[in-house]
Amino acid sequence: MRSRFDEQLNILNTEMIQMGAMCEEAIALATKALTTGDLSLAEKVETISEDIDQMERDIESHCMKLLLQQQPVARDLRQISAALKMITDMERIGDQSEDIAEIITYLEGKTAEETVSIRDMAAETISMVTDSVDAYVKKDIELAKTVITHDDKVDEYFDRIKSSLIKMIAENPENGEYALDLLMIAKYFERIGDHATNIAEWVIFSVTGEHKNS
Amino acid sequence: MSDIMTAKDLNLWYGETHALKNVNITIPEKSITAFIGPSGCGKSTFLKTLNRMNDLIPSVKITGEVCYNGQNIYDSLVDVNELRREIGMVFQKPNPFPMSIYDNIAYGPRTHGIKSKVKLDEIVEQSLRDAAIWDEVKDRLKKNALGMSGGQQQRLCIARALAVKPKILLMDEPTSALDPISTSRIEELAIELKKSYTIVIVTHNMQQAVRISDNTAFFLLGELIEYGETEKLFSQPTDKRTEDYITGRFG
Repeated sequence: MRSRFDEQLNILNTEMIQMGAMCEEAIALATKALTTGDLSLAEKVETISEDIDQMERDIESHCMKLLLQQQPVARDLRQISAALKMITDMERIGDQSEDIAEIITYLEGKTAEETVSIRDMAAETISMVTDSVDAYVKKDIELAKTVITHDDKVDEYFDRIKSSLIKMIAENPENGEYALDLLMIAKYFERIGDHATNIAEWVIFSVTGEHKNS
Repeated sequence: MSDIMTAKDLNLWYGETHALKNVNITIPEKSITAFIGPSGCGKSTFLKTLNRMNDLIPSVKITGEVCYNGQNIYDSLVDVNELRREIGMVFQKPNPFPMSIYDNIAYGPRTHGIKSKVKLDEIVEQSLRDAAIWDEVKDRLKKNALGMSGGQQQRLCIARALAVKPKILLMDEPTSALDPISTSRIEELAIELKKSYTIVIVTHNMQQAVRISDNTAFFLLGELIEYGETEKLFSQPTDKRTEDYITGRFG
């Protein structure tokens, strides 16, 4: 009876998965560029970020069309409105990956011990993004909740990196600019974790109708 | 907001057919309550029990209570004419009487013994104003009501119902025969009227229920499945059958 609508919702899901995958790729490449100093990877992140922007527009217009044509209610309405909110967070993730990549170009190939912690932090945020999108697709509240708890770990990483960078500056003041660049990178990863948390909160809303902040 | 009507364990049979099964509901005053559900679910039947319109059907048997202001309306002491004056009804198809616009509105008050021309003039104007149709018809009150458009006829019927100063207005799919503009006029009118009246509306148009009602009741196969705040029912229904119906998975 509503096979067309179900098909449209399936397409929306596929698009969300694709956009999520693009975000993961952007973060992964930015991280790799950071640890290897390979600037060509940083350029790639920029391209992916542009694709993510385009994807946001596409999904947005798809959602608008569904709202207009189907006048969805109940879980359909929640799924579509959650998607609309989630793509904003995904788009920010893309932008922040790009910001990270841009900073890498200033580092002039320098790597340091701190990048090890940043790499761990990056791995943590990538898995948060993957899991939050997975949770949306599978309507898995437990997985969404796990993502939210992982945000604390990311915050811890950030604090730890910050302390070690303070130490780095104290020991060697001419490393100041470099340390601040690394701090910016860590901050962007921390923000990415926040966006993944937002996504997970919208997943919970989409399934239960309840949003944490309401 | 206090409750104006309450149904308790209401059952209704059309001969052998059990059309309403243990319906329990309370309707708050000065609000719009919408009844939704697939055809044959009992929503119109239930609406009609609220002012005893089913009395007119010979094979109907009713058990349970419908209380209006605390009084069971099926009590033998209840004056049905008085009850229907307090609980008016508007039907799916506009049904003006084949007489002038003025006489359509004055009909009810006259039946209830009002003869003064001044008083009747006042009631006619006020009712037509309340039904948001005064400006369109004030210059042709003596013209036959059947010459009006469908949307105007429906608002005339609402005005006619208002003329006897009811407390509750029952509307049985009042816009299903109307074009979108007339429909939105009636919807806006309903929202305006709920300041002074209690409105209960049966509708097949779920978006209409979402747009105008405060509470929604979902009926299925003679049962009241779910009843609650409209916004909640359409965003987080608790019963799977409600969810399946409103999302178009059946019905």
